[in-house]
Amino acid sequence: MTQATASTMTTHNLSVRYGKHLAVDQVSLSIHSGQVTAIIGPSGCGKSTFIRCLNRMHDFIAGVEVDGQILLDGVDIYGPSVDPVSIRRRVGMVFQKPNPFPHMSIMQNVLSGFAFTRKRTSKSKEEIAEIALKNAALFDEVKDRLNAPSGALSGGQQQRLCIARALAMEPEVLLLDEPCSALDPISTARIEDLIHTLRTNYAIVIVTHNMQQAARVSQVTAYFLSGKLIEVDETRKLFTNPADQRTEDYITGKFG
Amino acid sequence: MKCDLASQRRAERMMVASVETILKASAAISILVTVGVLYVLITKTFDFFEQIPPSAFFFDTVWTPLFETKRFGIWSLVTGSLLVTSVAMITAAPLGIMASIYLSEFASPKIRGLVKPLLELLAGIPTVVYGYFALTIVTPGLMKIIPHLSGFNALSPGIVMGFMLVPTVSSLCEDAMYKTPRYLKEAAYSLGARKLSTIFLVVLPYARSTIIAALFLAFARAIGETMIVAIAAGLKPNFTLDVRQPIQTMTAYIVQVSMGDTPQQSIEYLTIFAVGATLFLLTFIFHSTSKIILRSRFTVTT
Amino acid sequence: MAAFSEQDFLSTANEMKEVESARVIVGITREEKNAQLVERIFRLLCLSAAFLPLLILAFLVGNTVISGLERIDLDFLTGFPSRFASKAGILPALIGTFYLMLLTTIIALPLGVASAIYLEEYAKDTWFKSLIELNVTNLAGVPSIIFGLLGLELFVRALGLGPSLVAGALTLSLLILPVMITATREALKTVPKNLREAGLALGGTKLSVTLRVVLPLAMSQIITGAILSIARAIGESAPIIVIGAATYLAFLPNGLLSEFSALPLQIFQWVERPQADFVENASGAIVVLLAILAIFNLSAAWLRHHKEKSRGSL
Repeated sequence: MTQATASTMTTHNLSVRYGKHLAVDQVSLSIHSGQVTAIIGPSGCGKSTFIRCLNRMHDFIAGVEVDGQILLDGVDIYGPSVDPVSIRRRVGMVFQKPNPFPHMSIMQNVLSGFAFTRKRTSKSKEEIAEIALKNAALFDEVKDRLNAPSGALSGGQQQRLCIARALAMEPEVLLLDEPCSALDPISTARIEDLIHTLRTNYAIVIVTHNMQQAARVSQVTAYFLSGKLIEVDETRKLFTNPADQRTEDYITGKFG
Repeated sequence: MKCDLASQRRAERMMVASVETILKASAAISILVTVGVLYVLITKTFDFFEQIPPSAFFFDTVWTPLFETKRFGIWSLVTGSLLVTSVAMITAAPLGIMASIYLSEFASPKIRGLVKPLLELLAGIPTVVYGYFALTIVTPGLMKIIPHLSGFNALSPGIVMGFMLVPTVSSLCEDAMYKTPRYLKEAAYSLGARKLSTIFLVVLPYARSTIIAALFLAFARAIGETMIVAIAAGLKPNFTLDVRQPIQTMTAYIVQVSMGDTPQQSIEYLTIFAVGATLFLLTFIFHSTSKIILRSRFTVTT
Repeated sequence: MAAFSEQDFLSTANEMKEVESARVIVGITREEKNAQLVERIFRLLCLSAAFLPLLILAFLVGNTVISGLERIDLDFLTGFPSRFASKAGILPALIGTFYLMLLTTIIALPLGVASAIYLEEYAKDTWFKSLIELNVTNLAGVPSIIFGLLGLELFVRALGLGPSLVAGALTLSLLILPVMITATREALKTVPKNLREAGLALGGTKLSVTLRVVLPLAMSQIITGAILSIARAIGESAPIIVIGAATYLAFLPNGLLSEFSALPLQIFQWVERPQADFVENASGAIVVLLAILAIFNLSAAWLRHHKEKSRGSL
């Protein structure tokens, strides 16, 4: 297992604007290695927008304005001398809809990060793939068919493949944007188990619309509403004794 | 009252039925056209092979049916067609693919909206005009830089044809590239890819089968092209791989015979059908392969 | 209630073109600089690939138009072919093209529209329909000269029509039929299903709904398709050469069974001559041909644009 240095990602007064719409409003939040931070909130609250700032995926959308700071180990990732590509190699992402590359085999998918970035490594390709697949709890199921096309896998397996692909790059932070919402309950459970084992070595952020899932997997939970960070606290405390009335309204199901 | 309505409905139904029959018959005409083409080509080719043994057709490289000593080796014309087609494909393929990369990955929507119809213009110019260009402007221009370039050659019409085929390649490819699902590109970018890597490792593989189909389609069109080669490539069959020499394509030969006075039952008359059948077969193979690839693409979506 | 969900923004941005936001100035690391340079060079190459054919076409057409315009005068437009280049004119060719166009429209348009209506509105998904569709697709890929061969054997010889206008028009009609059918079907497809249902629910027969609802709505797009198909037919020379159209016609076509010439054919005949002034004649004829095609294409474009504007209020 990789011994990643303990990382911290911190946002200071992060705001995101699409045209006139303020999607994220002055959010200051820290995430730490060794723990899972869940972000919950009703749809449209800005949680997906927020998480996509952390690896600068908004660079690809015209008309987006990002204000505030996002520090990765003390360095602002939106700073003037920062190459966004380098950020994305340190901050990995898994998307809501599993998106393995259909024209690549399982093995090629896992290693695709190296194909894109020509990153150098001392380990052999097979080693990297094996380690990543094992860390994603997929190796045993696919070890005999590493050269098979990725489309032959089930939805849950494809998502674990995407996790393996992200892990192969040895990121410091792992962003999970509703990773289980397209999956069945059994696959969801397997991925939640996986998240448990992964958190020792990564700083994990998971966006989820499923409060029970947040309660199951995270140590820290942040509640967003209309772009604002309403409350962030230890998961157990937020769900049993929230400080803010709005949080309580959400988790007791009064709306959302 | 009821009587009137009933008879009115009956008359209406009769008219509707007869109109339907007329419509059905119209549609069936397309089947008749194919039958007609096949019938004409096959029967006349059989008539041809009654007089000329197939071995003389398929195993000879000299084609002189219009001369005193007649030889009927088809390979002269086939290589002529293939030579020009190859030059055309070498021109059209890189230009078409790179143009489609530009249009789908780099161009702004405004430029895309402007350039796409302009490229369609290329396809709309009559081929006789392209032949004029090839003979009167391109060949003299090329003669200045290429030594020993004959006034009629395979290079000039090939290049002009290539330019003409760029929209054939680019419109199909650009469409497929543009439709690369966003989530695939997102996956690549999130792994730290830059634009170029994404184009080569995600977009192009995604569009790969369409690109191949587009090239097959362009190839089929190039082989079937008549006027550019009839004007600029020459009317003398020549079994050669040298693009600087005059050659004759299958299509140009048919034109040549048609322009002259050929008696109906003569062997010369029959040759145009034998050549036409060969041409039909070649274009059919490439055109159908292209369509099959394109159709199968849409049934194998992830 | 939020006015729009963030999903709207995340999914409307279906173009992932890298945007330089005001905050970001990149390019300090060497890897980044190299990567950007390579990307810029590649972008330039691809841009050139897109524009090179256009530039060359502009050059070629421009060249031709300049020499062609010099040649065109009233005598040229109203004269007959001649052994003397300076006396030669394109009148028979122009008239021939005109009649050819007219006859082809009369034959191909109803046939194409009727076939398309059958395929789109009436035909059930049987082997028969698939067979017709397969035929239409395949015929679209057959080289035009093969249609010439068909026309030669069938219309000129078997039906005894000789190398006449009507034989030429029939041949060209068969040539553009697949394109016409496909374009008309596309036009019919644009009419929403629920409008047909509304007509049928009011007690209309399929025929009356087709004639009174579907056709009128699809008409302008059908006409656009027809204009473009006819424009394509005008430029074709191979099929009419094969059926024996005259390359030197000293009189105007006078009837359906008359011999005829056509503009692209005249161009071909003049280009084949080695003398420079015949080549000049060819350029003049080309200018006329391109002008005619431009009128056709512009009308089609105008119709399309006009239709889109009025459709907006639908």
